[in-house]
Amino acid sequence: MNVVNNKWIGQRTIRPDGVDKVTGRAAFAADTTMPGMIWGKVLRSPHPHARIKAINTAKAEALPGVKAVVTSRDIVDFTIEKGAVMLGIQDMRWMCRNVMARDKALFPGHPVAAVAATSEEIAAEACKLIEVDYEVLPWAIEIDDALKDGAPILHEFNKFDGKPSNIMGRIESKKGDIAQGFKDAEIVIERSFTTRPVHQGYIEPHACLISVAADGKTTIWSSSQGQFMVRAMTSMLTGIPQSDIRAIPAEIGGGFGGKTIVYLEPLATLLAKKSGRPVKMVMTREEVMRATGPTSGSKSTVKIGAKKDGTIVAAHGSFYLQAGAFPGSPIRGAVGCSFAPYDIPHVLSEGFDVCSNRSKVAAYRAPGAPIGAYAVECVLDELAEALKMDPLALRLKNAAKEGTKAAHGPVFPRIGYIETLEAAKNHPHYAAPLGKLQGRGVASGFWFNAGGESSAQVNITEDGNVVVTTGHPDIGGSRAGIANICAELLGIDYKRVSVIIGDTQTVGFSNLTGGSRVLFASSMVVTQAADKVIATLRERAAKLWEIDPEAVKWENGAAHPVSPNAGQFEPLTLADLAEKAPSQGGPIGASVQLNTQGAEGGFGTHICDVEVDVDLGIVRVIRYTAVQDVGRAVHPSYVEGQLQGGVAQGIGWALNEEYIYNKDGKVDNPGFLDYRMPVCSDLPMLDCALVEVPNPKHPQGVKGVGEVPLVPVMAAVANAVHNALGKRFYSLPMSPPKVSAALDAPTQQAAE
Amino acid sequence: MAKLHVTTSVNGEPVEFLCEPYETMLDALRGQLGLTGSKEGCSSGDCGACSITLDGRLVCSCLMLAAEAEGHEIRTIEGMARGGELHPLQQKFLEHAALQCGICTSGMLVASEALLAKNSNPTEEEVRFWLAGNLCRCTGYDKIVRAVMETAAEMRETAR
Repeated sequence: MNVVNNKWIGQRTIRPDGVDKVTGRAAFAADTTMPGMIWGKVLRSPHPHARIKAINTAKAEALPGVKAVVTSRDIVDFTIEKGAVMLGIQDMRWMCRNVMARDKALFPGHPVAAVAATSEEIAAEACKLIEVDYEVLPWAIEIDDALKDGAPILHEFNKFDGKPSNIMGRIESKKGDIAQGFKDAEIVIERSFTTRPVHQGYIEPHACLISVAADGKTTIWSSSQGQFMVRAMTSMLTGIPQSDIRAIPAEIGGGFGGKTIVYLEPLATLLAKKSGRPVKMVMTREEVMRATGPTSGSKSTVKIGAKKDGTIVAAHGSFYLQAGAFPGSPIRGAVGCSFAPYDIPHVLSEGFDVCSNRSKVAAYRAPGAPIGAYAVECVLDELAEALKMDPLALRLKNAAKEGTKAAHGPVFPRIGYIETLEAAKNHPHYAAPLGKLQGRGVASGFWFNAGGESSAQVNITEDGNVVVTTGHPDIGGSRAGIANICAELLGIDYKRVSVIIGDTQTVGFSNLTGGSRVLFASSMVVTQAADKVIATLRERAAKLWEIDPEAVKWENGAAHPVSPNAGQFEPLTLADLAEKAPSQGGPIGASVQLNTQGAEGGFGTHICDVEVDVDLGIVRVIRYTAVQDVGRAVHPSYVEGQLQGGVAQGIGWALNEEYIYNKDGKVDNPGFLDYRMPVCSDLPMLDCALVEVPNPKHPQGVKGVGEVPLVPVMAAVANAVHNALGKRFYSLPMSPPKVSAALDAPTQQAAE
Repeated sequence: MAKLHVTTSVNGEPVEFLCEPYETMLDALRGQLGLTGSKEGCSSGDCGACSITLDGRLVCSCLMLAAEAEGHEIRTIEGMARGGELHPLQQKFLEHAALQCGICTSGMLVASEALLAKNSNPTEEEVRFWLAGNLCRCTGYDKIVRAVMETAAEMRETAR
């Protein structure tokens, strides 16, 4: 690690993009216009499952003001037979069918055609004039409906166990022999759980503005979790080469994984190409709720066997996750992360990818891991209760540590899980008294974290300041972290560092903002680039002083002779050397492009207190503490912000959020009023305890922090509800109607 | 359908514009008036990202017709800083890192300013219920509530 004096690393600096965002000056996806701009709208399937026999767009095209219409005929087809064409974790066969239905519409809201017109109203009117001949098919929404005998099959080519099936795949992680493990066990607890699909809930709907010049040069202005993903997917789906597509990252109004794929960009590009006009498309909230995200609903069964002293000897988890219309639910996260915090000799963790007639799931904060952890951490709570053990003590007894082989493969290096358990145990929250109808729960969680490709440029301006360009959209304050690190390395004031996000044609390839990878990966490339810049600065000073570069050190923003023996020279500051740059070899700057390695997994342990209003069935979280090993908190406020944001989303998932479907197979609550995310008055202050076990493979010790904090939450809340009421809930959300029904149940029985 | 002529005041400046009878204030602000600081998150009054004040009263501009601005005073996020000087709430939001993606921030600030204009000494509960109409999916509200409480305390101190 090359941490210097920590003047800036660990400081709560003002973020570089802050003033823009508190004054309304920041430009998000829907905030720009272009001369001659027209509006695009999508026609969406009203049916959950229907064969598209014909589409007639003639009447729409004849409407005055309509400039272009596109259907699936205009989109590059990735045929099923030719096999997978992967872009990251996305198979373009499904992506091309998700942005526009081909032979079948697979969920209500599935795009069927798109129109561009001189106004939004005309575009919407034109959509109504498009005639689609549907053959409506039977549908399946829930997992049980999709798996039962005779269920309507979404993808007829698919077979599971030799039969046509909606199970699109199965994966497993295995260690030891569970049959033997359960034979060794003295106590076994097995429970089944369900969770509902929940939306990422970003406040900014998907939007883009796209212009295609007559020579094919394309400019995309959109918000996403990766401008390079936008460029690549748009290129693949439209046939325009990547070198002709400049994807500019707008400020992004939340993503949480949901903006790691495209919905509108390929359609707007084709509309712009056909019409010769810039095309703007903005989804309504209803479109966001019907056709984007969410994460999977699930059915899980978890069985854990232990000795009477609390030693866990065997664990079996099976996780069925909804993929929505196309394969690709996050089973890897559920299978791999659920048991990872524990050192268990015999583990089988299996996941099943289940299609049904709902929108294709998208990544959501530690995809799959919270679903698995909910089941596992609730069973552990029951195990602790049965063994009359403290639930943190049970976890401590079985905690993974350096050298533990995880069922999903790796042998853990130095990790900080035990430290999070100790910190939770010693936290005043854990010993605080509880009142009537109040309860406390704990739970832990793990997420893989990711490294991968990142690029950055560090350039010294002519007046001796610094511009850093990275390739990752900044959702949660990553520019502030990068500025802290760059100021630290160069030994200059933080305010002299400007950090911007480059577009696809001005900075090297950088993979998605996702996997909790951004600060890990981008600070790695920025550090290497800054080191190169410092080497140049030392060489320049050495040349001016006519001494060896080795005799020059860089300190406090200036070159100094390493010792009086090296010579007596006045320090040369960054400004001095920048001024002399033209005569000393030219501009000073460096760029670095890497496939970063060494992102280590992250662990967290949460403590949740709830109070239950037994008259209304309302569960209120009254105190919450999130403990997490964060590696190194480069900007503690934004690290805490990640923890607090993850916890809030988890509380929503645990207590209220769910899609409600009507009898026609359509989402009945596609808005923020009825899809109830936590509001300010629903939550208490959310306390954070940052444990810092530096990542030895990173120059500043950074570990990903953004996703872990969602993983333990639902189990922590569920365990707290049990502690308050003495009743366990095995399905989410624990919403007022469900809680009321459970509270009323014994009374009814008594009455009978 | 003929457009309506509206004479109003936006952030203290006289403004005239033409709008469709069905056009929302949010569309007029973000469209022809070029004030894109107010955001559209839902267009149903549930998220508060489009919060503005109408004669000092907090409203969702997506639920207000543009024509209703006639003769009234509109204030938006763009009018919150005085020249180059940030409003104490804006400064405190930055210091507390009370924003992550920033899409809700304009509405949060406008709503918070409206609260402090009515109540210079709000309790945490009052802040939480006042801001319950402004959704934030990133922060869990913790740092936002702290920033508002601390600004209120400092503004009270300054006013003494």
